[in-house]
Parts: sequence; C-alpha cells; structure tokens
Amino acid sequence: MNEKYILELQHIKKEYPGVVALKDVSLEVKEGEILALIGENGAGKSTLIKTCSGAVIPTSGKIIVNGKEFTSMTPQLAAENGIAIIYQEFNNVKGLSAAENLFLGNPIRKGIIVDKKAMEKEAKKAFEQLNIKINPKTLVGDLTVGYQQMIEIAKAIQQDAKVLIMDEPSAPLTSAEVESMFKVCELLRSKGVSIIYISHRLEEIYRLSDRIVVLRDGEYIKTLITKDSHIDELIHLMVGRDLKESYPPRAHCIKEDEILLELQDVSGNGDHNINLQLRKGEILGLGGLVGAGRTELVQMIFGAAKKTEGKIIFKGKEINPKTPREAIDYGIALVPEDRKRHGALLGVSIKNNINMPIYKRISKASVINSKKEMEVATKYKNELFIKTPTLNQLVKNLSGGNQQKVIIGKWLAANSELIIFDEPTRGIDVGAKFEIYKLMNELVEKGKTILLISSEMEELMGMSDRIIVLAEGRITGEIRKEGFNQNTIMRMASAVEEVKNEK
Amino acid sequence: MKSNMINQFKDKAIWIVFLVIFIGFSIASPRFLSSNNLFTIARQVSMLGIASIGMTFVILIAGIDLSIGSVITVVNIVAAYLMVNRGMSMASAVILALILSVLIGLLNGFLISTVGISAIIATFATQIVFEGAGYLISGGTPIYGFDERFKVIGQGYVGPIPVPVIIMIICFALGSFILNKSYFGRYFYAVGGNEEASKLSGIRVGFIKYLVYALSGLFAGLAGIVMLSRTNSAQPTAGIGYEFDVITCVVLGGVSVSGGYGKMSNVVAGVLIIGILTNGMVLLNVSTYMQMVVKGIVLALAVGFDSLQKKRVAH
Repeated sequence: MNEKYILELQHIKKEYPGVVALKDVSLEVKEGEILALIGENGAGKSTLIKTCSGAVIPTSGKIIVNGKEFTSMTPQLAAENGIAIIYQEFNNVKGLSAAENLFLGNPIRKGIIVDKKAMEKEAKKAFEQLNIKINPKTLVGDLTVGYQQMIEIAKAIQQDAKVLIMDEPSAPLTSAEVESMFKVCELLRSKGVSIIYISHRLEEIYRLSDRIVVLRDGEYIKTLITKDSHIDELIHLMVGRDLKESYPPRAHCIKEDEILLELQDVSGNGDHNINLQLRKGEILGLGGLVGAGRTELVQMIFGAAKKTEGKIIFKGKEINPKTPREAIDYGIALVPEDRKRHGALLGVSIKNNINMPIYKRISKASVINSKKEMEVATKYKNELFIKTPTLNQLVKNLSGGNQQKVIIGKWLAANSELIIFDEPTRGIDVGAKFEIYKLMNELVEKGKTILLISSEMEELMGMSDRIIVLAEGRITGEIRKEGFNQNTIMRMASAVEEVKNEK
Repeated sequence: MKSNMINQFKDKAIWIVFLVIFIGFSIASPRFLSSNNLFTIARQVSMLGIASIGMTFVILIAGIDLSIGSVITVVNIVAAYLMVNRGMSMASAVILALILSVLIGLLNGFLISTVGISAIIATFATQIVFEGAGYLISGGTPIYGFDERFKVIGQGYVGPIPVPVIIMIICFALGSFILNKSYFGRYFYAVGGNEEASKLSGIRVGFIKYLVYALSGLFAGLAGIVMLSRTNSAQPTAGIGYEFDVITCVVLGGVSVSGGYGKMSNVVAGVLIIGILTNGMVLLNVSTYMQMVVKGIVLALAVGFDSLQKKRVAH
C-alpha cells in the first residue's frame, strides 16, 4: 500500500441555520485503500461525502484532491478530479442497454450517429476488467440490482475515477451479490483505486476495510487500523457520548396485567416474524438503524400497509385494519416521521386539523356542529399549550413543535388509546422537545400507551420503559430499563450477535 | 396583521376585476347596460355557473374533469330521446338523464381512484367516449319537439327572475353549503392539500374522489337540462368545448389548480366575468375566433397568477 494521500479533507465545517452538521472534520484517504466511514444515524457521514461530490458547500475547510486545493467542490469539478459516488439510488436508464448506460451522456459517436458496436465492444472490455459477467446488450431494467450496481461502478472507473465513494452499497443486495461486490472492491483496490465505504453493517467493515474513521454527532472521533481494532471498541466509539440531556420524570403507570397490543409472528412490508407485547400505560421504544423496518412495522399496525402473515391483537381482540380509518376507529393513532408530508395538513387550519378524524362524529346528516368543532379545538389548544393567536391559523404557519402538538391533539380528539410516535422530535428545537417529552409522560399517566420509534439513542433510552431493537426487519433484542446501555443497543441494531452465531 | 389585510384584499381582488370589466363594457357599448341584455347575461351565465360548482370540487381535490362537455351533450341527447322517441314523461326523462350523468361521474371516479389513471387522461377518455355516444344515439341529427311545459326550466320566469337563474342560485347555495358547512367540504380541502396526510388522518380518499366526480357529473347534467330547455332542441354538438369555459371560470375564481385552496363565492365572480366577457364581446362585434383568443389568454393569466403566487410563497 502506498502512503500517498489521494484525497484529504481538512477542518471541514458545515453549519445550517441553527444546526452544526459537521464540526471540524478531517480525514485522509490513501491511494489504493478501502476506508470505512461509520457513525450512527445523523453522525454526519452523508453530509461529509456530499462535500466531496459538490452537493454540499462546506462553511469552512479545505478539500485537497491529488495535491490540488479546493474550498468547495461542484459535481463537475469532482468528476474532473476523479471522485465518483455510487448512491443507493442508481443513475441509470432502465430502457437502455448495459453498454449504452455505461456511456450515458457521453456516447461514442461517428459524426452525429451513436456507434453502438463500438460502445458494446468498449463495454465488454470494461466489464471484463472488473471480472463482471454482463452482456453489454442486455437492457439494464432486466438486470438484478447487483448487476445494476456493477454498471454504476464500471461507469465510474470508465470515467477514470480515482476515489470511489460508496454509500451503503450492500443495503439493496442479496448476500451472494454482496460477495461479488466485495470482490470488485478488492480488485479495484489492487489497481490503486481508493474507496470510501459507508455501511452500518459492522461485519462488512471488518471484512473489507483497511482503516476506519468514526464520526459521532458531526465530529471526527478517531481513526482505527481495522486489523488492530475490536468490534467492541468500535461500538463504544460510535455511541460513547455522555448522556447529558435530562428527561422529565413520570409516575409509574404501567398496568402489568393489561396487554393492550400484541403482535404474533407478524410479517410483511419488509418485516419478518415480529412478536411483541405492549402493556397499558407503557412506553415501548423501538430502536434500530434507519431502514431497520420500524416505520414499516407501525404502518402495518396502523393499516397503512398490508401484513402478509401473523396476528395483531388489540385490547384482547384480533384486528386486521386495512385502512388508517379502521385503525383509528379501533383506537390506534400514528404521529408519522415526516411531519410536513404525512402528519399535518399544512394548508388547513388548526381547528380543522384537530377535528379531521372526528368530523363524522360531530356532524348530523353531514352538517358539522360548528360549536362542538370549536370546543374540541379549543380544548386541545389549551391542554397542549399550542401557541397561536387564533384557531383559524393555517398549520403551515406554526413552528415544528406546535405542528407536532396539533397532530397529537388530533389523536386525543379521536380518543386514541395507543399512540405511535415515529421520530417525534426530529427537526424540533430543544425547548419544544422537552415539552413533547412532558406531553408523552402526561399521556401515559392518563392511561394512554405509547410505541416510540426513535433513532436518537438518548431519547430512546430517556423515554422508554423497555426497548425492542430491530435490524433488517427482524427483532434482534429486547432490553428492560435497568439494562439500558448504548453499546448493547448498538450491537443489537448492527445485528452483530447474529453474525457471531452464523460463524 | 398587515399581511392579513393584503390576503383579504387578494381574496376580494377578483370582484374588483369584475367591476372594471363591467364598467368598461358599459362605456364601450350602450346596449350592454340595458335590462334586456343583463337578463340575457344572467340566463347565459346560469348554465356555466351550475357546471362550475362541480368543477370547483374537482379542482379543489387537485383533479380535473374534461368530460363535462360530453356529459352535457349526452344529457341533452338522452333526455330528448326519451321524451320524443320513447314518449316518456318530462320528469322521468330528466331524472334518468341526471342519473346517467352521475354514473359517468362515478366511472371517472373509478378510473381515477380505483384504476389509478391520472385525472386528465381518464376524463379525456370518457369525454371522447360520450361525445361519440351522443352522435350514436342521435344519429347525428338534432332531436326536438318537446312538451311546451319543458320550456319553463330554461326560459320561464318567476316574477321578473328567469328560472335558470333561480336554479343557479339554489345550486350555488347548495355548493357553498357542502363546502363550508358539511364535513365533506373539510375533506375536499384536506385531500387537495395533501392526499397522503389525509389518508393518515382517517379520510377515505378513494370514496371522496368517487363522490367529487359524481357531483361534477351531476352538476354538469343539471346544466345540460337547462341548456336543453333553453335551446328547445338536443344537438350532438351541444356541450363541445364547454369544459374549457367552466375550468376558466373556476380558476379565474381563484381555486388553485394544485388543489386545497379556493372559495365558492369567488367562483361566482369568475363565472360572472366570463359571462360578461362573452356577452360584451358579442355586443362589440368581436369575431368568434377573436373571442377564443381572448378566453385563452384569460385562462393563461388566471393560472399564471396562481402559479406565480405559489412560487413567491415557496421562496
């Protein structure tokens, strides 16, 4: 291995209004190495690689490619200097052949006519170089995801990429495909190409990388030599922050003998054999990484997605909600992850938002009882301290925290018993977060039950009575409050145990 | 507070446009302001107004209904055919024709909601189908010779007020009521603003789409009946291009083409503007082709204004 640096990032800082996404991150990539970049959700990995590709302009810092200094990149500059990114979403045209995709936007031409023969010949050569067996004439739409990814890699190499950045490349692949992708990566390394490899699957990182850079909360933490490090050390570095935020205390309100929700072998929507029990008055946390299948699970409970197998038992009765409407009528509510797209009706007033699920109930022969409508809205405005001069205010004019309260108000009006919170404090400022936590406490104290999805480790541990961790659509562990520990949760979320068992 | 006042002004701006055009024509043509002419405008406008109520609902849920011109034609032809060729009573012919118009609306709802075809293509297809059907039933020739009493719907008066105007006022009152007082109106705004969030708030979005397109069919059917009575003969070309005028009225009335925003009262202004514009141009001897040019420009201006406002909000 060569000690020359092909890419250096120096003191990269990126600030957004009110948020610092990257605080002084530096790293170097050597020629012909595979450098793993790891960190929890929101650690700043994506932002960092986007500064290399030109999709994000850093607030300050330097990017040095092959000795040339830049303060920021553009997509074109990145390509010219040999930086290529393989995104999770491929940049291909399904109706064109493998060869045509390889030369997409830059076809080999004879005059103004595209020279298909020449492209197919060149493509064959390019694929052979990477040991990929693809017929250049095949339509890309007919290829598996694995082969489509190979074409993306071949395209990058064709365009003379020296640094290949791969963002969770194994996520869409089957295990056999992952293995061939590794072979291609190793082949590229031997040819002097450098790879920045982002993955949350720790076993892959140990299998493939030479060095590991750990980020946490937008900060550079440490660089490890892969062969000299241990998985426990790595996990500790990823999660090892001091628990600084405090969480409001709540009275004990779990009814031990009253099971509100039970899932028996629920499968579908990307999840497999999910079993869990939720007692009345409990806050059950669902931990895991982005894409672990938590949102998918609650969609099935809320009737927004179909389960293929298993039973959902709510208040002792088996239910099978096929629409959110049915779930709402049973007493289940969802506060979705994407507040602006799925949660609140932004162009509609606070009053109408709160009453939306119950209009039928407060109407006679379809005519709304407007007095009742006002009463309900006023009640929850006061109970939840929604800050607004008037209930006719459109929800889009409210702050994130107040929007979230309107959504909660809507579910209280609907008399929901189980409230599912999916990332309830994302994009909400610190003060409002604390208010939401207090609200959640009040809800369970009043006999409601909460299923909480959170990717913020602190929030999950601070608010839950019990945590169930998912990874890749399966439950990988359950921890009671006494046993909460960041390392354990991270281990379960990365499904490290499972790998050990396989070996 | 200041922005509130600006918004209120914007809300009323369409009425100012109406006044300007009204005064303009009054000055340009002495015949415009005669009571005779004003009644003519009112009668002409009534069909447009009735049809635009259904279209308001459709555009509010971010849809479009291009089929209403054909619905008007088919209702004309079928009601006339039943009365003249089958000797059916006036009431049953009208009711059957209206049921048919609702069924066409439900078919649109099925294609859009259940099959998942985009509204513009689905209703374009039904438009063509039912335009053809109109020719098939009528054999391409007009049908006429109705009972004298049938004329009342389109040509009669109650006191000094034409019956079609009364029908229009009742329809607008009903439309306003659905939009503002019934919970369906709340659902229309919600679905138009954000379909996914509406579904997750417990609204049966599919059902709402069926309902809205059925209502659009029904109101178009009513307009068709009024038209039949006014012209006293069913033409297979009766409703051709009518959807265009109706969409112009609704958009001119400030209903956002991307859904979720709009008021019934301003649609009334939109209808009146198109009504006096058409009438005024006829009085001023503007050629039919020039009228088309003007109406096209008005539609582009109305949509353009809506889009520009949205752009400004986005930035």
